[in-house]
Amino acid sequence: MDISALFAALPGNVAQGIIWGIMALGVFFTFRILDFADLTVDGSFATGGAVAAMLITGGYSVPVALIAATVSGVAAGIVTGLLHTKLGIPGILASILTQISLYSINLNIMKGMANVAINGNKYNLIVSLRYIPQAILISAIFAVVIIIAAYWYFGTEQGSAVRATGSNPNMSQAQGININAMKVLTLGISNGVVALAGGLIAQYQGFADINMGRGAIVIGLAAVIIGEVVGHAIFGKRMNFMIKMVCVVCGGVIYYIVIGIVLWLRMPTNNLKLFTAIIVAIFLAVPYLKGKANNSFRKAAKRGGSN
Amino acid sequence: MMLQALNIEKTFNAGTINEKVALNGATLELEEGEFVTVIGGNGAGKSTFLNAVAGVWPVDGGSIIIDGEDVTGLNEYKRAKYLGRVFQDPMNGTAADMEIIENLALAARRGKKRGLGWGITKSEKEQYHELLKELDLGLEDRMTTKVGLLSGGQRQALTLLMATLQKPKVLLLDEHTAALDPKTAATVLEETDKIVTEHNLTTMMVTHNMRDAIAHGNRLIMMNEGKVILNIAGEEKKSLTIQDLLHKFEEVSGTEFTNDKAILS
Repeated sequence: MDISALFAALPGNVAQGIIWGIMALGVFFTFRILDFADLTVDGSFATGGAVAAMLITGGYSVPVALIAATVSGVAAGIVTGLLHTKLGIPGILASILTQISLYSINLNIMKGMANVAINGNKYNLIVSLRYIPQAILISAIFAVVIIIAAYWYFGTEQGSAVRATGSNPNMSQAQGININAMKVLTLGISNGVVALAGGLIAQYQGFADINMGRGAIVIGLAAVIIGEVVGHAIFGKRMNFMIKMVCVVCGGVIYYIVIGIVLWLRMPTNNLKLFTAIIVAIFLAVPYLKGKANNSFRKAAKRGGSN
Repeated sequence: MMLQALNIEKTFNAGTINEKVALNGATLELEEGEFVTVIGGNGAGKSTFLNAVAGVWPVDGGSIIIDGEDVTGLNEYKRAKYLGRVFQDPMNGTAADMEIIENLALAARRGKKRGLGWGITKSEKEQYHELLKELDLGLEDRMTTKVGLLSGGQRQALTLLMATLQKPKVLLLDEHTAALDPKTAATVLEETDKIVTEHNLTTMMVTHNMRDAIAHGNRLIMMNEGKVILNIAGEEKKSLTIQDLLHKFEEVSGTEFTNDKAILS
């Protein structure tokens, strides 16, 4: 096997990793801050890509297309939030309902086509796999801006109320926080970021696809968890909120580098999703098993037996 | 009147086999600065009464008026601006994943609009440092510690501080020392007395401990089957004993007092 091929693919993996890292920031807001497993993202990621692709090919400028993509994601998140808070549907189920309905909506956005190409020669795209250094730079700028904005927001009075809602909803209500509003708001913000990432990926790969969001939640979780584990190993207790978000984006990059290695090893690509799911399962299980290992009946029996 | 809870009715699981009439015309009126302790047997409706005032769910009948404003139709988070609350479970009153000062800052904004201003101001930090110092638990040196790392007693003391950071019209204490060891419970109760007196707070304290109910506050009510059946205030309360209370209970309700925790503690 040619090691240079691996290195040649590396910049592309980094670019893709940063964009998926942005997507993972959206997942981070709901999964970690709000404590809400939001599967809407599989749909809203593709919605972002679809909206951006249709607007760009329709002659609109890239910024306009990306703003529209973000707004469409916000709307999707709000729908999940309202299904959950106003109609009493359990969070995870509410998000699945939105996700599945977005499949149809995305097809409608793309006028019934499963795939819409954005020709990089024809349109002035800001990220494209044809110019990877620029793609890395631009997506990194997006990531930095979003991280700074999120750092500011979650430090404000309102952002603190969101964090409190995720940490202890009972206490939040007793402190006069409208927890339902906070949930809807955060789901909107999260899916807005996810859809923005979808719009960036559509440009990067040169097309929007109806299935581009399939498994996005798992990739997002993988990035969040890898980022947290790596961040914890490097920074330990010094890991603050800002560093954590940077680590989440890095988690996306690490994930895509690993995928690059897997592809380079010529492992069957059909197994990629299986591989991703196993990674996420392992990382989610490790803290639990660690806790259990220190606090198990078997060990208790051994301790008792040694006396 | 600071608090009027008039003829409150609440039935849980109405129309099912588990139907439970929890409040059956419970009434309580508190003047400003009155500190009432609430006792009663198992399932008498003590905590339910407190939750009715707090607006955890809508009541089936009756009305709740705080300082002249009818709040019966306001939900929990809207009503929160008038109320300070401390719960039985120390985990309940604070956000474990947030720092001590962040929790205080959240409480300081109870009932106010939460905008996009910074979550904690500099002058607040100094204020909290002083207040934590008064608690005398060493928390003033750990202001950026996550609350989840504190002990149950420390968390209850912090919750108490949070509940009174912005003076509430009514302070609701729901068996807030029940989950603590006796020594810590005594400290938290002492702190409670101090804060209530200092700010002249109108207070409702549910307890299962008759001794505490007698020793604290300036009024005592006893509940049975969702009603207030006994109301003792002033000099009478000061000279009250546990035996008096048990006796009075039997007299009024015609049954024996059944709360193992209360009698044994």
